Amino acid sequence: MKNLEDLKEQIRKALPELDVVIGWTDSFDPLHATPHFMRKEEDIDKLKVDALCVHNLATYLPGLKGKKVGIVVKGCDSRSVVELLQENLIKREDVTIFGFGCNGVVDQTKIRSIIGDVGNIEACELTDKEVTVTASGEVHKLALDEVLSDKCKTCRYPNAVLSDHFTGEEVATTATFEDGYKDLEEFEAKSTEEKFAYWLGEMDRCIRCYACRNACPMCVCRDHCVAQSRDPHWLSQEAHVRDKWMFQVIHAYHLTGRCTECGECQRACPVDIPILLFKKKFNKEIKEVFNYEAGLDPEATPPLLTFKNEEAKIKERDW
Amino acid sequence: MPVLEGKELRIVGFLCNWCSYGGADTAGVGRFDQPTDLRIIKVPCSGRIDPLFIVKTLMSGADGVLVSGCHPNDCHYAEGNFYARRRLEMLKRFIPMLGIDPNRFDYTWVSASEGQRWQEVVTKFTEQIHKLGPAQKIEGADAEETLKLMEASL
Repeated sequence: MKNLEDLKEQIRKALPELDVVIGWTDSFDPLHATPHFMRKEEDIDKLKVDALCVHNLATYLPGLKGKKVGIVVKGCDSRSVVELLQENLIKREDVTIFGFGCNGVVDQTKIRSIIGDVGNIEACELTDKEVTVTASGEVHKLALDEVLSDKCKTCRYPNAVLSDHFTGEEVATTATFEDGYKDLEEFEAKSTEEKFAYWLGEMDRCIRCYACRNACPMCVCRDHCVAQSRDPHWLSQEAHVRDKWMFQVIHAYHLTGRCTECGECQRACPVDIPILLFKKKFNKEIKEVFNYEAGLDPEATPPLLTFKNEEAKIKERDW
Repeated sequence: MPVLEGKELRIVGFLCNWCSYGGADTAGVGRFDQPTDLRIIKVPCSGRIDPLFIVKTLMSGADGVLVSGCHPNDCHYAEGNFYARRRLEMLKRFIPMLGIDPNRFDYTWVSASEGQRWQEVVTKFTEQIHKLGPAQKIEGADAEETLKLMEASL
């Protein structure tokens, strides 16, 4: 990030008033970043912001309710913050948002598929166009475009939609709503039987680790999650494909009209199940029926939490 | 089960206590002919129906699910069915994603006095499901296992 020093300066000024500021820092190897909780002045020096900073830090906000929290956000992350504000899960006066314009983040799965599952990453250098990874003595030059997350290639909100402090220039984008849903349309072209068989196969790989749930900023039930609840007993503890599939449908439905498509669920999935597709489907339908997108306006009400006497776009059956 | 094998499919109906259940009762009292595939679950209000009930039912081996509540503006709780309408519509549009035919699920409004209309709804919906035939099952789904257990105990 070009204006990293500006951002650090903003955080330095704001930190005395705050309990913690959440950002990113170096992780266990040079190819990864990890969430970073800045409480003291010297923590700020370790802050890093680049294409490796994939985590949506908004996930931590509901758990820190009541504290004064600063948070560094990309465009997509800022939408999650807005959605949390909208649902009154965090208070506006408690969060200080440090926004910036994002040029996209990398997809670790894509990098791994190119360079292989090498154990020891020695160095990683990023430019606007390239990622250079040195692993086990070998240098791999990867075009950034090739390893960019899919969501970033069709991003319509690269700049924080809501922020108290904005760093650097705004990033321009030309992507449209339709661009983001091409993969969904491709999937929907499959036949009913193909889709059924596809999900049976995909869901069978699920290991019920719930990483998708834990990474999701809008999964706020926490201790009351249906996945563990015995009353009501929605899911058995079995590792049967039926339970795993059902869990994913529950996850997706609970996000109807709330999901901001940050893609954290799919990124966190250790077995790469394309679960974002479910959420995209709901978002597309929400857009079509209610002309609504989540996480843009802190004052709006999610469409399933309200109604109209006459629904313009809902055609019911008259038998 | 063997007697009805091939003649009946498993259809589950979620009916609101105040209108549609009354409507079904009216149809019964009026002795209107009805197909027998539908198993009715009475709920306080169509707003009580979590759309996930329907997914769970379909995934557990039902061939069709019908939801029926009071007509909009007639809800006993004033606005339950308005919320239900939005939720159910979203579910209806989502179901094809799972590889389940969207015609296996429908929602409709029937009032307590509409016995005739209830007869029509049940008949048409049952026909619709029969046209689709038995649903694809997830192996080892609840209903299948229950049936096996029942057969074993006979």
